[in-house]
Amino acid sequence: MSLTAPIAAIGRQTLAFMALIGRAAIFASQGLSHIVRPPFYGREFLVALLQIGWLSLPVVGLTAFFTGGALALQIYDGGARFSAEAVVPQIVAIGMVRELGPVLVGLMIAARVTSSIAAEIATMKVTEQIDALVTLSTHPMKYLTAPRVLAALIVVPLLVGIGDIIGIFGGFVVGTGQLGFNAATYIKNTADFLQFTDILSSLAKGCVFGGIAAMMGCYFGMNSGRGAQGVGQATKGSVQAAAVLILAANFLLTSLFFSS
Amino acid sequence: MITLDNVHKHFGPKRVLQGVNLTIPRGESMVIIGGSGTGKSVALKSVLGLITPDQGLITVDGKDASKGDRDKFLARFGMLFQGGALFDSLTVWQNVAFRLLRGSLKRPKAEAREIAIEKLRRVGLTPDVADLFPSELSGGMQKRVGLARAIAAEPEIIFFDEPTTGLDPIMSGVINDLIREIVVEMGATAMTITHDMTSVRAIADKVAMLHDGVIKWTGPVADMDQSGDPYLDQFIHGRAEGPIEAVR
Ligand SMILES: Nc1ncnc2c1ncn2[C@@H]1O[C@H](COP(=O)(O)OP(=O)(O)OP(=O)(O)O)[C@@H](O)[C@H]1O
Ligand SMILES: [Mg+2]
Repeated sequence: MSLTAPIAAIGRQTLAFMALIGRAAIFASQGLSHIVRPPFYGREFLVALLQIGWLSLPVVGLTAFFTGGALALQIYDGGARFSAEAVVPQIVAIGMVRELGPVLVGLMIAARVTSSIAAEIATMKVTEQIDALVTLSTHPMKYLTAPRVLAALIVVPLLVGIGDIIGIFGGFVVGTGQLGFNAATYIKNTADFLQFTDILSSLAKGCVFGGIAAMMGCYFGMNSGRGAQGVGQATKGSVQAAAVLILAANFLLTSLFFSS
Repeated sequence: MITLDNVHKHFGPKRVLQGVNLTIPRGESMVIIGGSGTGKSVALKSVLGLITPDQGLITVDGKDASKGDRDKFLARFGMLFQGGALFDSLTVWQNVAFRLLRGSLKRPKAEAREIAIEKLRRVGLTPDVADLFPSELSGGMQKRVGLARAIAAEPEIIFFDEPTTGLDPIMSGVINDLIREIVVEMGATAMTITHDMTSVRAIADKVAMLHDGVIKWTGPVADMDQSGDPYLDQFIHGRAEGPIEAVR
C-alpha cells in the first residue's frame, strides 16, 4: 500500500482536476449563454471593464517593459555566440507578440483579476448575498458572471496588445540605449518582421486567457465553501486553475496557429 | 397559502428537518420559534428554493414551489436574511431599491430613490444614511436596511429571519408594529422567525415551534400560554430545566 500510495494520490489529483475541468466547462457554457440573453447589466459591465482593463494597465505595462528589456539583453548575449546579435529587434518582437505578451498578461490577470473576482463572489456567497440576489429576482450568473466574463473577453486582448507594444518598447530602449542599435533601423526591422498572424494570434490568445481568468474567478467564487476559510480556498483554487489552464490553452493555441 | 408537507433536509450526517408539516394561510402572520440551530432558517430557505429539500413537498397557492417560472415566483416574495445580506458594493438606498432599479419592476432612478428613502423612514432610519455603504452602519441599522429592502417592492409574501435581533427595545417595538401593519394593511402573508417572545405576541396570528426536526406545536398565539405542551412551556418561559436539553 505504502509504495503505491503516492501514485494513487497523483491519480486522485488528476481525476479531481479532470472533474473540475468538466464542471467548469459546464459553468462556462452557462456563463457564456447568459452574456447573449437579456436582461443585461450595463453598470456591472462598465465597472468590470474598469476593474479588469484600466486598473490592470500599470502592472501589465511594467511586466511587459521589463520582460522586453531583459529579452533584448538575453538575445543579444546569446546571439553573440554565433554572431547573430543583429536579430535582437526581430526576436524581441516575435517573442513578445507570439508568446510572452499574451502569457504574461494572462498570468498577471490571473493574479490580479481572478483572485479578486473569486474573493469577492465567495464573500458574497458566504454572507448570503448570492441568496439575496436570487430572492430579488436577479440571476447571479447574469448579474455577477456575465458582465465580468464579457468585460474580460473584450479588454484582455486590448491589454495584450498594449503589453506587446510596451514589451517591444522595452527591448527598443535597451537595444538603442545600451546595445548600440540605431533607433530607426530597430523600428523598421521590428515592423517589417512582424506578420498579421503574429498579431492576430496574440490578440486571440488574450481573448481566450481573459475568458479563462474571469470564468475561473466566478466559478470558484460561486462554489466557495463556508466561512473565511472557504473564501481563502476559493481564491487560491481560482488562481491556480486559471494559471494552469492559461498555460495549457497557450500551448494548444500556439500549435493551432503555428504548427502547420 | 403556503404548505410544507413532510419536508426533510440533512447536511452530511446532520439531520436538520425530519418531516416538517406546516400551513400558513394567506394573509396571516406565522411566527416560527425554536432553539438555535433547529433549522428554522433552513425551513424558510427551502420554501424560497435556496435550499433543495431531500424529500417532501412545498406548495405556494397550491402549486409546487420547485416547479414553474422562478422569476414570477420570486417576484411575489420579500426576504430579510438573518445576517442582513446587504450588497456591500452598493449604497444603502441602492440596496433598498435593488428591485426597483432593474428587471421587471424597474422605475426611474429618482422615483426608486424616493421609495427607498420612504421605506428607510418606515424602519426608523433617516434619509442621511441613504448614501452610506452598509459597512458604515451598525449591526442593528444593517438589519433595518435589510428589512426595508425586503418590503421595498411590496411583496405579497414576506419572510423575516430574526427581524428584531440586535435592536434596542424601542426599535424592536417599531419593527413589530411595522410587520403587523404590513400584514393587516397590505394583506401580506408573513413568516417570521424570532427568539423574542415580546415580538411573538406582537406580530403572530399563529405560532409554530420547531424542535428535533419537526413542528412540535402549532396554534393561534392566544393558545400559546395554555398549550400544556412541556416543550413550548419551557421555551416561552426560558427555563433551563425541561424536556429540551440545554446542550444540543
Ligand atoms: N448550507 C449549510 N451547510 C451545512 N450545514 C448547514 C447549512 N445551513 C444550515 N446548516 C446546519 O443546519 C442546522 C440548522 O441551521 P439553521 O440556520 O436553520 O438554524 P436556525 O434554527 O435558524 O438557528 P438560529 O436560531 O441560531 O438562527 C445547523 O446545525 C447548521 O449547522
Ligand atoms: Mg437562523
